[in-house]
Amino acid sequence: MSEVTAAHHGLSLCHGCGLLTRTGHHHAGYCPRCGAGVHPRKPDSIARTWAFIVAAAIMYIPANVLPIMITDSVFGAQADTIMSGVAYLWHHGSWHLALIVFIASVAVPMLKLMALIVLVVSVQRRSAWDPLQRTKLYRIVELVGKWSMLDIYVVALMVALVQLKALATISAGPGAVAFGAVVVLTMFAAMSFDPRLIWDSMENNDG
Amino acid sequence: MPDGNQLIACHECDLLQHEVALPEGGVARCRRCGGLLYRSHPRGLERALAYTLGALVLFVISNTFPIVGLEVNGDLIQATLLGTVSMLYRDGMWLVAALLLFTTVLAPLVHLLAMLYVLLPLQFGALPRSPELVVRVLTEVKHWGMVEVFVLGVLVSLVKLADLAKIVPGVALWSFGGLMILFTAASIAFDPRQIWLKMEHAS
Repeated sequence: MSEVTAAHHGLSLCHGCGLLTRTGHHHAGYCPRCGAGVHPRKPDSIARTWAFIVAAAIMYIPANVLPIMITDSVFGAQADTIMSGVAYLWHHGSWHLALIVFIASVAVPMLKLMALIVLVVSVQRRSAWDPLQRTKLYRIVELVGKWSMLDIYVVALMVALVQLKALATISAGPGAVAFGAVVVLTMFAAMSFDPRLIWDSMENNDG
Repeated sequence: MPDGNQLIACHECDLLQHEVALPEGGVARCRRCGGLLYRSHPRGLERALAYTLGALVLFVISNTFPIVGLEVNGDLIQATLLGTVSMLYRDGMWLVAALLLFTTVLAPLVHLLAMLYVLLPLQFGALPRSPELVVRVLTEVKHWGMVEVFVLGVLVSLVKLADLAKIVPGVALWSFGGLMILFTAASIAFDPRQIWLKMEHAS
């Protein structure tokens, strides 16, 4: 069975409407049907993905070290980081909720960054490692990305609701900004990566 | 409809393959990587329009009524989504406020309005004006709507606050749940491929 790609024939798929267009091998063009920009592969995919990965990895540090939520109460001020928020939920009996927040806020961003690094490096090294597995990995990264926003929403609602002047007020901490940046940057990184590159290196290995 | 000879490329691995006619509700997957190529939506555009209209109604309700309230010493503090945004903004957290506003209000609203803009004329056999632009906006914005994540966030904060005060669920809490479901249904039923085919036939 011949495995021929569209790019091999100088054809490009429009991501806006799904039309196949003749663009030549390295050229970009515009889709004749919907006018969106069309290129055989996402432009500068590797470089852009790396840039977003590095930026996200840098922001990952303040996101976890700085407090994301500050509680001022009659018992004094308390600053909560993401991990201490998870610990609070754990100790207050809702371990399942602690698990959800831990997965969404700590595990997912970390694993997502590692998965993206694995994908980009494997493409750069023209690795022959099972492309189907890598494509699946990419799909998971794309799917789970937005769920990391969970903690931002929790902090936002706590800020809005806990405004009991005499008893306690909650405000968002600088860690929340950094954490939001991590989520957005990793989403951009995933969008910049072109899964078709995984399959391209396979073909070149054969030939 | 596919004539069985049309070429199509997989958007995930770029493999060229022939389009085949699908049974009702069928799904075509890439032979090499298993990526979704296209699916058959029986009456897909009508359903997409119905879900979109329903979602827009719930969107308005979700943004006007309070999501939750806290009852402390007889006082009731209520939070709406836009109130939460402005609270964060006044707190000096304008970046977080902007992120919240964009992912839960602006992106979903633009997404819904763009779908309505394309679907409504097509339902009556007319062509929308400059659909290219609208569909392009739609493809950009669809990654950033996070209503379903927000719903989970509401639930987590409810549990966190449960031992602090009495919680009064608001109307928007329920409508957000419904919005999440209708929005997802509308996005799945809205198939750009089918829409372009229909527009080519209509013109």
